[in-house]
Amino acid sequence: MSSPAAEGNALTSSEYIQHHLHNNSIGEGGFWVINLDTMFYSWLLAALMMFIAYKMGKSMNPDTPSGGQNVLEAVVEFVQSQIKSIFPGSNPLIGPLSLTIFVWVFLMNAMDLLPVDLLPELGQLVGINYMKVVPTTDLSTTFALALSVFALIIYYNIKIKGPIGYLKMFLFHPFGKYMIPVNIIMTTIEEVAKPISLGLRLFGNMFAGELIFMLIALLGGASLLGLIPQVLFGSVWAIFHIMIVSLQAFIFMLLTIVYLAMAHQDMEEEH
Amino acid sequence: MSITATLIGQIITFAILVWFIGKYLWDPMTQMMDDRKKRIADGLAAAERGQHEQELAEQKAVEHIKEAKEQAAEILSQAQKRGAEIVEDAKDDAKEEGARLITAANAEIELESNRAKEVLREHVVNITLAAAGKIIKKEIDAKAHDVLLKDVVAQL
Repeated sequence: MSSPAAEGNALTSSEYIQHHLHNNSIGEGGFWVINLDTMFYSWLLAALMMFIAYKMGKSMNPDTPSGGQNVLEAVVEFVQSQIKSIFPGSNPLIGPLSLTIFVWVFLMNAMDLLPVDLLPELGQLVGINYMKVVPTTDLSTTFALALSVFALIIYYNIKIKGPIGYLKMFLFHPFGKYMIPVNIIMTTIEEVAKPISLGLRLFGNMFAGELIFMLIALLGGASLLGLIPQVLFGSVWAIFHIMIVSLQAFIFMLLTIVYLAMAHQDMEEEH
Repeated sequence: MSITATLIGQIITFAILVWFIGKYLWDPMTQMMDDRKKRIADGLAAAERGQHEQELAEQKAVEHIKEAKEQAAEILSQAQKRGAEIVEDAKDDAKEEGARLITAANAEIELESNRAKEVLREHVVNITLAAAGKIIKKEIDAKAHDVLLKDVVAQL
């Protein structure tokens, strides 16, 4: 938590926060805006994942696994056990999908644990004015993941249940055939709530966490005495945030598996 | 703070990432872990089987040794019995042979004694004849008195 004191004189508290919550984006207005910082950090982490995955995948040693391979095996096995306990049958996509969500979201969340001012200050040194470091505090990222999962939910619903089976789910679920209009509304809400809750949950948790880091950082900027609560609260919140970072990544992965498992169930099995 | 076109970029990134992770990490790693699991299970099963086989072999070996011991004891007792028999036979043979030898010797002795008696008898006849001749001062014609002589000899 580096102190914002350097700019504290120039910026008011709300200006400081707004500055930190501003994406570095190109494009004018509305939807057609690209948030460069979000893209940069998520790509950076994705590239890191790809590099490690490629390197480890090439040099796997089945007999005497060493350091990095052990860690990866533990993660893969953890994801595999989650899938096995929830997912019916097998699907070649669910494994890599869950692993990617878990690790990628975890890494993007973990950017939150870097001091809030570190990377933006470094950015300002090279003339980048706005920088939001944590990609998952951007709704675009969380909804990119949530909508991808939603698309897969619909795809597998249609693939497993058939188009008619999927339609039947909207018509006769959950109240039976005499309440068709209510059923349509209920099921639609149920289905649409899945990506929205996925996206908003992750975004909300990470955004709130980031905001609290900023407020804590502001404590130190107020006065020299403020350094004590800043360090105190900052440490406590950072430690607590480690849990949130992992938990949110885990929840996102778990719900993805659960939703896809539901999509893989035939209607007859559900009742 | 709103949803922007970044969304599309992130979806594409996500798709590529899932594909990449699946191809280069998940698939080979799960494959390797499955293989390893299988190999370990096979190895353990083989070890167990080997142990079982060893136990069986040990059991068999013990049985073999016991059998061999029994056979050896049997052979030994048979040999002893046979030896005793042979000794017994030899003894019998020896006895028989001894008895035979004794009878043969006895027979010879009798023969010799008979012969000696015969010779003696002849001598006695001759002496008697000589004595008789001296007494009657007249030589007895052996031929003339053959019948008489023979009678005397038979009486002796």
